[in-house]
Order: sequence, then structure tokens, then C-alpha cells
Amino acid sequence: MRYLAGRLVRALLTVIGLVTIVFLLVRLIPGDPVEAILGDQAGPEEKAELRRSLNLDRPIGQQYVSFVGEMLDGTMGTSFRRPDRSVWSLVKEVFPATLVLAIAAWLVAWLVAIPLGTLAAARVGRLPDKLASTVAVLGLAIPNIWLGPLLILAFGVKLRWLPLPGDDLAGPEALILPAITIGTALAAVLTRQTRAAMIEVLSLPYITAARARGVRRTTLLLRHALRNALLPVMTIGAAQLGALLSGTVVTEKIFERPGLGTLFLESFFARDIPVVQGCVLVIAVIYVAVNLLVDLTYGVIDPRVRLS
Amino acid sequence: MTAVRRGLARTPVGLIIVIVFFVLGVIGPSIAPYDPLAIDLAHEYEPPSRAHPLGTGDNGIDILSALLYGARLAAIVGVVVVGISVLIGTVLGTWAGYFGRMTDHVITGVADLVQAFPAIVLNIAVLALVARPGLGHLIVALAVNGWVLYARLARAETLSLREREFVQAARALGVPTPQVLRRHVVPNLLGPLVIQATTGLGVVILAESTLSFLGLGPGKAVSWGALLDQGTAVLLRFPHVALFSGGAIALTVLGFNLTGDWLRDRLDPRTR
Repeated sequence: MRYLAGRLVRALLTVIGLVTIVFLLVRLIPGDPVEAILGDQAGPEEKAELRRSLNLDRPIGQQYVSFVGEMLDGTMGTSFRRPDRSVWSLVKEVFPATLVLAIAAWLVAWLVAIPLGTLAAARVGRLPDKLASTVAVLGLAIPNIWLGPLLILAFGVKLRWLPLPGDDLAGPEALILPAITIGTALAAVLTRQTRAAMIEVLSLPYITAARARGVRRTTLLLRHALRNALLPVMTIGAAQLGALLSGTVVTEKIFERPGLGTLFLESFFARDIPVVQGCVLVIAVIYVAVNLLVDLTYGVIDPRVRLS
Repeated sequence: MTAVRRGLARTPVGLIIVIVFFVLGVIGPSIAPYDPLAIDLAHEYEPPSRAHPLGTGDNGIDILSALLYGARLAAIVGVVVVGISVLIGTVLGTWAGYFGRMTDHVITGVADLVQAFPAIVLNIAVLALVARPGLGHLIVALAVNGWVLYARLARAETLSLREREFVQAARALGVPTPQVLRRHVVPNLLGPLVIQATTGLGVVILAESTLSFLGLGPGKAVSWGALLDQGTAVLLRFPHVALFSGGAIALTVLGFNLTGDWLRDRLDPRTR
């Protein structure tokens, strides 16, 4: 209970900190957001008007209070580009598409990493191991901004197995290439981790004991070793969900998909600062929430965590 | 000759890539066959030929020349951003680790907060506040979260160094704190920091390419990421633009990753 409470308080403090950073970002960074929005040509009246509507003309304390108020009242402020819409309503509209993509990418990463990492650990130094380490090195080095176009060329243009960006097919097959594009780097990280964790577990006495009892090799690997090895890997895997979310910014652009990343970029180019702030906050808060969930689940699964 | 060849054989691939990258970053623009911004509409999107070894791109620019100029931008951004990040990170990390208490809480707290944002999202948010982002803004945006990694590393190493005998002895002998830090703590941080910075260079170069790819790069400069963006737009008809520019990014990042791993194996006895 103490652990739960402490962890919740810390997460709450982090969220307050995030809101504060996003608030300060606009005010402290050299450069005037009003000029960034309007450009150099704008007259002083126009600038003053915008400054007023963004609340930038009031004392910083008041600004902060009204900013926090907007974050709490469920609107997250008003879009500058589309004054009839609240930031939250814009985010809510595109969020499901991004969430589905991130989860698909996450699944891709696990589907590659667990079998590959396990095989590599079971055959250290042999072919599966070499294959796994090649995948790990290349997966980390190939940037997703290049992997996306490569996949489109291979599976969309040459083989014609999967739809091209902009095709009107909204079916699940349109999700495959974007998910691989985002998931590959994570797959590389998780393969390495699974391999390392499995090698460690496989050297423990209880595995030797099980082997001596004549437990079948597959059972030994999957039932005895993998279940214990996965715990640390899970933490890392879950914590990477933030990286997946930022991967969607790039991938949604390459595959011309609507989503949080596309909204974020569009708002960036329109200098719609309230929406930019909203997107940043939503992504960061999800990241914190996921980490919190992982920590709490970890506490449930592994009693040792609760005690420390 | 055999000695040279033997030396080459023992030099890891990653290091060779890194060296070639930096050499091209320095001399690239002077050996480039064309002006990378020269418009030649008659020869737009041509596949590789004798006149243009890697073909041409948007407005008929020579891709080889654009890549050579892009190497310079990537090298500048990489070195400057990593330099600033290592400097800030080492100072804050050592401070937090050595003095502990409130300083430690504040610095670790800020580092945690910065890390709660996915890097690229925070970079874009910073750039969103500038009217016309230039090279300087790009560097600041990348350094905003670049320092965190080095600060964490420096803090962790300092925490353990502080308890070691030679530091304890220096303190007991009454050596002033600044001198303890400068003579005994910081020199021992350098190994791990260099390893981290090598991988970090690859990360920053990739981040610069990604931001340029998204259209947020420094306006006029030729960037690999911007070239890849143009290549992606014409991917279905002229794939060579995306293949070469993306290949340059991937190869460079791979080089820094491999070199980082290689340095770690050589310099860090714990992983042997």
C-alpha cells in the first residue's frame, strides 16, 4: 500500500512538472511566439491582439493559473487555427488511430524479439545467435525514416503485397508496414534483452536441476526459463512505449496516415501553439502513465519490489 | 605495406565508417562535383549516370554533391550538440553526484522530467517557438534533452568515485573540493563519457536527419534528411533519391553504433 501511494504521488508530481515545463517552454525560450505565429510583417496592433488572446500580456503567475485551469477543465485550451475547437477535441479525434498503430508496432516488436532472443540464448554462438545479433545491430541502425520508404518499395511497389500510402484501403493490412517501421528498433532492443536475460536464467541451478530431471528441452526453455527471464525485459519493453509514440510522428508522415503525429506536425507548421502544447502534453502524460502501470504491475508480479 | 594491411584488417568496420564520415564532413564540399543547390530542370530525377554518379534529385540537383554537403551539416550538428551536451551533462552530473542532497534532487528531478518527453517531440516543441528555425535553433533544440544522458552517467560514476580510497584520501589531506573534482573525479569519468558520446553522435545525427526529414531543418542548408524527404515524395517513380540519402544516414548511424560498441569492449574492463 505504501509503495502504491508513493508511486502515485511521484507520478502526480511528474505530471505537474510536465505541465509546468510545457508552460515555461513558451515563455522562457528566447524568441517571441507571437512573432513565430504572425511572421515579421504583422503590425503592432495585430501582435497586441494575439498576445491578449494567448494571455501573454498578463503577469506570469496569472498566466500559469489559467493555463493549469485549461488543462484541468478538459479543453486543454482553444486551437488557434480553428477557434471553434478545443485542443482536447482535436486530440481525441485522431488519438485512436495513433494508439492502434503504436500497439501494432509493439506487438510486432514482441513477436520478433521473444522467439529470436530465446533461440539465440539456446544456441549461443551458433547460427540463430548470429542471426539475432545481426537483426539487433541492423534494426537499431536503420532509421525509421529510411525503413518506411524501403518497405514501401519492397512490399508495395515490387511485390505488390501491401497497399501503398494514400491507397484508400483502411483495412488492417494498411497497418502492417507502418507497424514494422516503428517496431523494428524496439524489436532489436528487446531481442538483445531477451537473449541476455535468457542466458542468465539458463545458468541458474534450478535449470540445471530441471535438466537433470529430464525435463524436455522445449518445456525447459518456455516454461521454466522464459517466464522468469521475461520480467526484466517486460519493464524495458513497456517503458519504450514513449519511443513508439514519437515514432508515429515520422511514420504517419511517411504513410500519410491521420493521427496524433500528423496533428502535431500540422499544428507545428501552422504555429498553432496551443495544439502543439496539447500534443506534447498528451504524449508525455501517456508515457508517465504507462511507466506507472508497469511499475505497479511489477510490484504485483514480484513481491520483492514492494518491499524496497 | 603488410603492416598497414594488418592494421587495416584489425581496424573495425565501424571506425572506418566514422573516419570516412568525418573526412568527408571536412573536405566534402571542396570535392563535390556540383553546387548542391544548382538547378538543372532538364535533368530532374535522372538515375545514376557518368555525369551524376548517384543520379539527380529535385530540380536536377546532383545527389552526390548534396550528400557531400549534407555530411558537413551532419558532422557540425553532431559534434556541436554532443560537445555542448557532454559539457553541461558532466558539470551538472558531477555536481549532483558529489554534493548530493538538494542539488542532487533538483538536477535528477529536472532530468527525469525532460526524459518524460519522447526526445523528438520535445525537439519539435522547442522549434515550434521560433519563426524561422536555423542551424543555431536546431542545435539548441537537440541539446535541450541531449545533456540528460551524460548527466545521469556522470552522476552515477561520481557517486561511486566519491567513496573510493583515492578520493577519500585527497579529501582527508585537505585538498580543496574544486581540485578534488578536477584532478581526481572528472578524469575518471572520461572513459565512460567518451563511449557514450560516440553512440550519442549517431543519435544526434539521426535526430538531425529526422527533423530535417519532417521539414524542420535549418532553411538553406543541404541535409540528408531533407533529401530523403524529397526522395520519399517521388519514391514510387524515382526510388534512387530516397535509397542513396537514406543509405547515407543509415550507414553513418551504423558506424557510430559499431564504434561505440567496439570502444566499450576495449575501454570498459567490466564487459570483457
